[in-house]
Parts: sequence; C-alpha cells; structure tokens
Amino acid sequence: MAKVSMTVNGKAVSGEVEGRTLLSTFLREGLGLTGTHIGCDTSQCGACTVHVDGKQVKSCAMFAAEADGAEVRTIEGMANADGSLSVIQQAFQDHHGLQCGFCTPGMVMAAASLLADNPKPTEAEVRHHLEGNMCRCTGYHNIVKAVLAASGQDAGQIAAE
Amino acid sequence: MHNFELVKPSTIAEAVAALGQEGAQALSGGQTLIPTMKQRLNMPDMLVSLTGIAEMKGVCKGDGGLHIGAATQHAVVAKEAAAAYPALAKLAGGIGDPAVRNRGTIGGSLANNDPSACYPAAALASGATIVTNQRSIAADDYFQGMFATALEEGEIITEIRFPIPEKAAYLKFEQPASRFALTGVFVAKYPSGVRVAVTGASNDGVFRWAEAEAALSANFAPSALESLSLSGEGMIADLHGSGDYRAHLAKVLTKRAVLAAS
Repeated sequence: MAKVSMTVNGKAVSGEVEGRTLLSTFLREGLGLTGTHIGCDTSQCGACTVHVDGKQVKSCAMFAAEADGAEVRTIEGMANADGSLSVIQQAFQDHHGLQCGFCTPGMVMAAASLLADNPKPTEAEVRHHLEGNMCRCTGYHNIVKAVLAASGQDAGQIAAE
Repeated sequence: MHNFELVKPSTIAEAVAALGQEGAQALSGGQTLIPTMKQRLNMPDMLVSLTGIAEMKGVCKGDGGLHIGAATQHAVVAKEAAAAYPALAKLAGGIGDPAVRNRGTIGGSLANNDPSACYPAAALASGATIVTNQRSIAADDYFQGMFATALEEGEIITEIRFPIPEKAAYLKFEQPASRFALTGVFVAKYPSGVRVAVTGASNDGVFRWAEAEAALSANFAPSALESLSLSGEGMIADLHGSGDYRAHLAKVLTKRAVLAAS
C-alpha cells in the first residue's frame, strides 16, 4: 500500500492505495464519488471519463498512484457553486441528451474538455470528439445538440438521421 | 487484476535500475497494458512508470529531423508536430479517442508494436531512428514481427527521430469499434526516394511495400501503382476482413495517400 494525495474537485484528499488500484476505484470506493461510472471496465465506453490536470482521461485506464499530486475533476465538480446545473449539464437536460443517464457523467466531462479547447465546435467536431464515449440509448443526436447548445450555437439544425 | 508494486522514477537511469529487478515491466500510458492486465494476460510483479521522466518528453527539431521523447502523449504530438511534420501530427490525432490520446505515448506504441497500431507505419515509412538507453536502432531493423521488436529485456525507448519528408500522408481504414487500423498506409517522399509502410494488414506486423516504393520513386502519382498488387497470403484474416480484402485495402489506401500527400 502506498499513500496518494491529490486535489479532487478543489479539495485536497489522500488515501492508501495498492499498485493495482485504478483511479476510478479510488474515486468511487475511496472517496465515495460514485458519479464516475464504470461501464465496461475495458477502457472502451468512456463512462468513467474524468479530467486529470485539465485533460480528459478514462479513469479505469489509469492507476490511482499515477494521479498522485494531480488536480482531478469529476462530474461532482461540474455544477455551479450555488448547486445549480452548469451550462453543459443544463443543455443536456434541455435537449434530452440522456435517457438512462449512465453514460452522462462521461459525456459531460468529454464535452467540457472539448469546449475548453474549442469553444465553437462544428457538429462534425463534436461527433469526432465524442468517439470514445458510448451511449446505448439516445443515438447521439440529442447529445450532439446539447453540446452545440452549450457552446452557444443553434442546435436546431441537426437532422436526426 | 493481480497486485503489483508501482514505482515512479524521475530519471532514465533510475528506471533502468528498477527494470533490472525480477518481474519488473515498463508502464507508459497504459492504454494497452492496463486492459491486458485486467484480463490477466499480463501479470508483472512491478510496474516502472516512465511518464514522470522529464528527459523523455517533448517534441523538438534536431539533427535527426523531428525528435520526439518516447513518453510524449499522442495529443501532444498532434499539436506540437503539426508545423514540422503535419502527416505525423495528423496520425497522432487520429489514434483511439481523445482520452486515449491524452495518456497513450509514442514510445509505448512502438515498444508494443501492435500489428494494427498507427505509429509503427510512421516510423518505418519515415526511416526513423529509435533511440534507447543503450543504442540507436534504425526502424528497418527495429520491427521484427507481430508484437516483436529489437528491444532487449530492460531496454527503454527514450526518443524517436523522424527525418522530415518533402511530402507525406497516412491514411487508415478504421475498424469502427476499436479505431485501430483495419489497414493503414503511410507514404513518405524523401529526396532519396519514396517509402511506403503498411500496418494492420500482415501477420508479420508493419512492413514496407518495396514494389510500390520503386514505382512511386520513379513517378509519384497514383497511376504508378495501377499494375501492382499485394498478395492476400500472410495477411491478417479475421471477422472484420479477409487477407485478400486487406491486401486490396493496402493498394487503395496507398493511392489515396499519394493523392493526399502534401
């Protein structure tokens, strides 16, 4: 066991981890932050996406000890300070960008990463960026609409194919 | 996953010393290694993380062309190689998905030498030099078959040096679920001639297509490839495509890469 310390959603945290402890496991079981979902545990579905030092990563494909000293942000850190939904989260609600909601934390974290880098993405750029996040309910169209709307663009023109 | 000890050296010398221990193995971005450990296909006693070694990171121009530290992530190459070697930057920006590109590294990809990975095609077509903690290895000598390389036990890739071509392009036909190349072709035109490397197709891993190189060195145009064909024998055949299909894709992609080369 080794001690790790990191900042999660602005708070300093620490804990004892094994070498094999995944960042996703540490967040969920060590810190009780169960908003980070484990969909496939094979690093394909993206439901466990979080930000480490500002970069989106799959937290099931990184060891907790590798995040020692890092700034981590999870879905629990995405709402506004007063508890209201952030622009991206609100856009997912407004545009029905979720049905069962399982993939949503990863989708929101991926969308936030895209918009931080590219504030006005095209529809194609949104779809390309979300390649690593799977949704089995929505068919993606409303998710893409939500991300475009969150960027302040008109999302009404997307044709459901 | 079986448990192991994780160590995080900050210099190449410390990493080499740690890798000398029984059961130790290198960990770079972990985007392939961690999933294989979950399946217990790989059970190291110790992982030596290479991602905290500053001297193994970064992209810069040097005597050998573009020098890229082995622990540099794909997303960084996609940005920082864009001006000097756009075809290489584009390849890096098309690997996996954004989260994978933020963790996966060029050295990890080349050390693993997955037969469907993108970077081996770039290294071989560019005639890159693979620099390790012990020596420099020409790409032509480095790739030795599926998941096989010239690396010795405990040897670490520290840097890759890419001669910059006059024109180049990489095109891959994606396996849509994994984003790996069902087949991918990197074409690079140098003053000394054209090099063509094919990934994703052969049971022996990445390879150079000598006939296409000769034809394109004489005439750098898609039409130069008309009379050529690759055999499906020895090509990967699986549920995604037969050997003949991959051989056909290699020719189509080579033509398109020549058209796209800039």
